[in-house]
Amino acid sequence: MRRVGSFFGGIYPKSAKASTAGTPIQLLGAPETLVVPLLQHSGVEAKPVVAKGDEVLKGQLLAEAGDALSAPVHSPVSGKVVAIEPRAHQSGHSITAIVIENDGNDTWVERKGHPDPVQLDSKTILDRIREAGIVGMGGEGYPTAEKLNPPKGITPDYLIINGCECDPYSTCDLRVMIEYAEDVILGAKLMAKASGARKVVIALGNNTPEAYAAIKAKAGSIEVVTLPARYPNGGERQVIQSVTGKEVPSGGLPHQVGALVVNVATARAVALALRDGEPLISRVVTITGQPLSQPGNYLIPIGTPLEHVVQTISGFGQEVSKVVVGGAMIGGAQFDLQTPVTKTATCVIAFAPGENTTPDAMPCIRCARCVDVCPANLLPLKLEAFGLNERFDDAREFGALDCIECGACEYICPSKRPLLQYIRFAKMEIVARDKISS
Amino acid sequence: MDDLKLVVSPSPHIRDNDTTEKAMFAVLVALLPVIAASIYFFGLDAVRLVLLSAAAAIATEAIFQRLRKQPIRVGDGSALVTGVLLALIVPPSLPSWMMILGAVFAVAIGKMIFGGLGQNPFNPALIGRAILAVSFVTAMTASWVPPVDTFTSATPLMLGEGAVSIPDLFFGSVAGSLGETSALAILLGGIYLFYRGYLDYRVPVGIFGAVVVMALATGQSPVFHLLSGSVMFGAIFMATDPVTSPITKMGRWIFGVGIGLIIMLIRTWGSHTEGVVYAILLMNAATPLINRWTRPRIYGQGVKMSE
Repeated sequence: MRRVGSFFGGIYPKSAKASTAGTPIQLLGAPETLVVPLLQHSGVEAKPVVAKGDEVLKGQLLAEAGDALSAPVHSPVSGKVVAIEPRAHQSGHSITAIVIENDGNDTWVERKGHPDPVQLDSKTILDRIREAGIVGMGGEGYPTAEKLNPPKGITPDYLIINGCECDPYSTCDLRVMIEYAEDVILGAKLMAKASGARKVVIALGNNTPEAYAAIKAKAGSIEVVTLPARYPNGGERQVIQSVTGKEVPSGGLPHQVGALVVNVATARAVALALRDGEPLISRVVTITGQPLSQPGNYLIPIGTPLEHVVQTISGFGQEVSKVVVGGAMIGGAQFDLQTPVTKTATCVIAFAPGENTTPDAMPCIRCARCVDVCPANLLPLKLEAFGLNERFDDAREFGALDCIECGACEYICPSKRPLLQYIRFAKMEIVARDKISS
Repeated sequence: MDDLKLVVSPSPHIRDNDTTEKAMFAVLVALLPVIAASIYFFGLDAVRLVLLSAAAAIATEAIFQRLRKQPIRVGDGSALVTGVLLALIVPPSLPSWMMILGAVFAVAIGKMIFGGLGQNPFNPALIGRAILAVSFVTAMTASWVPPVDTFTSATPLMLGEGAVSIPDLFFGSVAGSLGETSALAILLGGIYLFYRGYLDYRVPVGIFGAVVVMALATGQSPVFHLLSGSVMFGAIFMATDPVTSPITKMGRWIFGVGIGLIIMLIRTWGSHTEGVVYAILLMNAATPLINRWTRPRIYGQGVKMSE
């Protein structure tokens, strides 16, 4: 095991992984009606290629990419398109979705697999990844083919497969590594070929020995390294800093320091797309939290409303006050349970009343714990004050745009100040003002 | 599930259990050995001064908040900490009315006029101490009682090095301010705070280091300078006040070393025998500048792009 470096700051939130880390992935059946959002990626909405009333097959293209940072969307089941209309989305916004009535037959479209996809040339691999609608499944939603295809003349030094999964509740990547290690390795090899990366490294936290063993057993000549198990060790910029010792330039992209980072679940999706010809239509999601009777990891068709998920796993055993999609540190709280599972939904957490009440904010006592934990080496207490006082030029000067919004500052603050909220506010204002002046 | 009412709030959704109140309470716990030592050495005077100062500090803060129509927040413990700290750095024989006046000034002038908790540039207890020192010179500097018996005496710093034994200095059976004589009790409190994560070692280590180097450079005893006067108490309980010390790690080193240097400058060449109070207040004043000079390099800034 090669010793690797570390990253700035970080916190040690109490782990809530125990209730799901040991539960094998279970298949969760598709509901009668699925809601497939056209926005499950970083770019613009995908453009529908089906119309209301069309019969669709499982895996059939529903919508094509709207721009370079967008990605196609496929049908998770066979059935009929009953509506194309705005629906509740995990982001809290209303986003156009294709609503499909499941015929229950799971009739597949014709699948173009390959028994040994590593034989394919890099362009074919990239095209298949793009066509399969694969995006960063760790939560970012950046199209994987776009990431693997940096500007001409750049050959990445490192392809880093990220299995760190630093969120304190999430265990879906852990189970994927344990149960689908072979797929993860195949995906890593395919992406190495597609990107031309000189070196492939699989990085995971040093607190998941079971995943390390499973990956190591299949890794062959691929290097597997472990990183310090503190949040946010799985952040893209933090993984790059830990593994390569380099920092992604401010305002830049990872390929500018010769590194690409891809999540382990994404690697598995790549393997499924190339070997079995399956587009990205389901994913493993951690469903957890105290109120749930059966927390665990479930393989769920994309577009399945959370309500169906919760009911299928025998519902809530006690009162629920908050439901979060995407992790306890960076996830979004949901208005209701109509929002569907998407490609980027890593983890769904139900909180019981009293579990996460936000106490009143006290005055900042300048203890600077937020400074100590910031992985971007910012001064969060200053940025908060600048946001609060609408001093946006100062906020920019103090690096507000370099904030990765990990939430470590707000987590650690003994005065319970809404640090990240004011930093986000400052960032939004800075970006908005730049748009106006340009 | 239709009637499910969910809370919607921005991330992060979990928070550390630590609170500002807990931090204040930890300081009080850390002060327990010091208070115990002061009672052991100076008897009922210790109880009288600590209680009066604490009560006056809390009352001042409550009255201020009431007058300014702010929520009464004396429950956060910060006024209590200021009051107790002030009592521990005055002479044991200080008259009660002076103690009360000092605590009122500490909280009113040292903290509340700046906007209350977190807004004050100077350590409030030290402001109280400084105001008492310039207002009541005799009571604050010339009426030292030795522990246990009641004859007026001089402090080890006034007597000079060699007049009292090092063990006496360490355990605290010497004349001095109420809580400052026993280095042992102060260190116990400091170790507790460090262990609980409420004390950044950089500040006291910086102070001790600078004091030792300066003592050696000027041919004086480093151990004597560390253990006498207010160095120990100031380094562990006063200079580490988060509100008035730098927010960067490098800044805390500079802050600590600066305090140590100024202490030794005053002690060696100044007209006062002790310089801890003014050393810390001066470096409090320099804190915004230090913060500006020591901003950490932001991740990814100043990094060259490869292509």
